[in-house]
This record gives sequence, C-alpha cells and structure tokens, in this order.
Amino acid sequence: MKILKQVCLLMLVLSAQGARADAAAETLKSSMVEKNAVTLERVERDAIQVFCSKPRSVVGDPDEAAALREAALSAVTLPGDDDFLGDWRKGLEVASNGRGLQYTDDPAQANGGNCYACHQLDPEEMAYGTLGPSLSGYGARGRGLPMLQYTWTKLWNTHAYNTCSHMPRFGAAGILTQQQLKDVMAFLLDPESPVNRGLVP
Amino acid sequence: MKVRWAGGITSLVLVWLAGWTAAETDGVFDEYRAMFGDDNPAVFVIDEGEELWFTRAGPKSATLEQCDLGLGPGIVQGAYAQLPRYFEDVNLVQDLEARLEHCMVTQQGRSSETIHARPYSLRGDLGTEMEALVAWVAEQSRGLPIAPGQSHPEERSAYVLGESLFFFRAGPHDFSCATCHGQEGKRIRLQSLPDLTDHSGAAAAYATWPAYRISQGIVRTMGWRMRDCFRQQRMPELVMGSEASVALQTYLAVNAAGAKMAAPGLKR
Repeated sequence: MKILKQVCLLMLVLSAQGARADAAAETLKSSMVEKNAVTLERVERDAIQVFCSKPRSVVGDPDEAAALREAALSAVTLPGDDDFLGDWRKGLEVASNGRGLQYTDDPAQANGGNCYACHQLDPEEMAYGTLGPSLSGYGARGRGLPMLQYTWTKLWNTHAYNTCSHMPRFGAAGILTQQQLKDVMAFLLDPESPVNRGLVP
Repeated sequence: MKVRWAGGITSLVLVWLAGWTAAETDGVFDEYRAMFGDDNPAVFVIDEGEELWFTRAGPKSATLEQCDLGLGPGIVQGAYAQLPRYFEDVNLVQDLEARLEHCMVTQQGRSSETIHARPYSLRGDLGTEMEALVAWVAEQSRGLPIAPGQSHPEERSAYVLGESLFFFRAGPHDFSCATCHGQEGKRIRLQSLPDLTDHSGAAAAYATWPAYRISQGIVRTMGWRMRDCFRQQRMPELVMGSEASVALQTYLAVNAAGAKMAAPGLKR
C-alpha cells in the first residue's frame, strides 16, 4: 500500500513537471514565427534537451542522467576508416566560423563550429571565449587510438561524457560534416597546428 | 595649431592603446563608450519618440496621450520601471512594446499587422516608431528603481514561465538563454556575458535597455534583444510583445528589481 502511494506520488510529480515543460514549449510555439529555413520544429525537444532544461535549483535524477549518457555514447558514429585526422588549416576555419543554422545565415554556406566563441585554442589568438575550458596545447594529451576516439566522441556528442555540457552535438545534430570534424580533430591534435606549435614536443 | 594637432594625435593613440589593453577584459567598446562621457546619440531618438507620442496618427487620427502604461492614462513618468505588469483591460501581462501596440490599435485604430511588419529596424536602417517611443518612455524612468508588478497571480506566473524559458534548451545547438547568461565572469570571444540569473548581472543589463548600439547606429529595445538572443540560439523569430517575450522580460526585471533605471544605455 505504501509503495502504491509512492508510485502514485511519483507519477503525479512527473506529470506536473511534464505539464510545466510543455507549457514552455507551447508558449514558444505561439510566440514565434518561422523565418527563412528555421521552422517551429526547433521548439520540439529530445530527452537530453528536456533533462538539461531544468533551472539550476532543480537536481536531475542521477539514474536518468546515466541512461542519457549511455544512449549518447552508444549512438556515436566513428569514422569507418579509423582515419580521424584531416587538415588542421581547414579545421582552423571551422573553429573561427560562427555562422550556420540561424535564420539570418545562408543555408548554402558550410556551417561553422565556432570553437573560439567558448574555447582558447591558438594561444596567439586573443579573441577567445571562456564558457569552455582552454584547449591550448590539447595535442599534449597524445594521439593514440583511445585519445582519438575520446576527442571524436566529445565533438560528436558531448553528452556521452558530460550529461548537461553546454557544448553543441556537432556530429549527432548534423552541425558539422564528417570531413569538418576530421579537420577540427587535426586542428586540436596535429603537432603543427597553432593549437600545439611550441607546446607539444 | 600644429602643437594642438600633435597633442590630439598623441591622445588619440593613447586612447587606442588603452583600448587595446582593455581588449583582454572587456573590449575596446568600454573605452569608446568612455569617450562619449554623458553624451548618448540616443537623445535624438528620445526627442523623436516624444514627438511621436503627441502626433495624431491612424484612422482615428488620435495621439497616444490617453495611453495607459500602468499608472493611469497619459502618465509616462515612472511607467517603464514598473513594467512588465498585468493590465485588466486585456487580462494579460504586457511589456512596454505590447502595451504601445495595444494603444496604437485601440486609440489610433491602427492594425496589429502593420505594427508587426517592421517593429525593429534592420541594420543600417533608420530607427522605427516603436524604437523611438520606447526610448522616450524608458528615459522617463531614469533614476527610478526597477519594480515590475508581482502582486497579481498572472504576474507571478509570468515570472515562473520566464524562468523555465530562460533554461529551455532546444534547436540544433541545444542552446538556452542560460548557456551564455547563466554563469558569472564568462565571455564569448571578447564580449563579457552578464549572469542574468543573479541580481547584480540582471540589474546591470536590464537597467540599460533600451540602448543605443554603437555598432549598429540605432536604438535597440529589450524586446529586440530577446528576439536576437533566440536568433543566435538558432530558434525561430520571436514576436514582439508575445507571451514568451513578456515572460522573459518579467524574469529579468524581477531579478533586477531595486536597481535604478539608466536607459537608454550605450552599448557596443
């Protein structure tokens, strides 16, 4: 009887939370208009987005967080040819480009990764953001297969390791192409890349 | 004359150098802003807004003089600092932009469609009527404490809704307002980001909107700022005066409550 009561209570709490989240989504839908390539479908959220939309005062269920990380990790697509590293020069362009997927952007142009908005990379570049950690000298962490797979996974779907990381899912969400991701990998890991030059033996 | 020129150039170089050093922290815009002193190009827009308030317009050929911004018909002094608030005549919480639209429709007989066709100017445009009116009305609250309505249940639910919208992650990039504005002391590229969940961050930001944007040469409103944040979040276009826009502004205004209005501000 006690258990039944608890289950009922839990269902009540969950449906109340769901109703509030839906209210926010419905409000956004009625408060926004589609513009150029950007449709109202963008208001719809997946499980990760719903879980990570809680105000800071609300602590998420750790089991649900673990399940979301697991689901993200198992859905990562690694490059088939085990060839993780592209051209760091092109990766630099991707890291510096903040355009893509806004209604003011030209959908015919390649999307950027906008890494510099949040991360320090080339230590000579002063215009870097601090929302994410500094990645200067990232290549010092090594270039073995586990490191390549780890870095690729972080770029593909950061939630595989950090449930509510602020970083976009560059691979899983289709923001960057496989080739662009390889180029960003090279920008991060190539000893000749300005991220590592002089910092990595 | 030559000496004065040399002095002028030297001080210009010094200002430039000072700006360059400051770029590490808060950008050259702070230095540039300091050069304005108490001057703000928004004064011309404020004058235009005042003129528009007293100008007959629309099919009813009426002015906005009888518009009730919350403190009674025609009372502009102090009205902005107490918005958003609940208005009984429409049974809605409204921000200044929604309220001005309401007055244009009911008192001047104009259509919402026309007002929404271009509420905010595009880059390089001349400013809009809405921007000028907002600049003037906001200026009439300068120095007064921010005190949005929170006594009516609708006002309190607008705050709760605003908070959930602030943390709402969606779109291809999974961004929310909180992605950039939920932590203290962060920056995007060189631009410092206020923590809007915190009183001091919200106060510094809210008190200075609307603002003259130096980089765009026009006055921008708080409603425009909400729209532009959603654009950068890769979301669809936010409608001026919509429920989401008003709820978010309520969330920010309540977080900022008590601080003194200092708008129109001067921003990068």
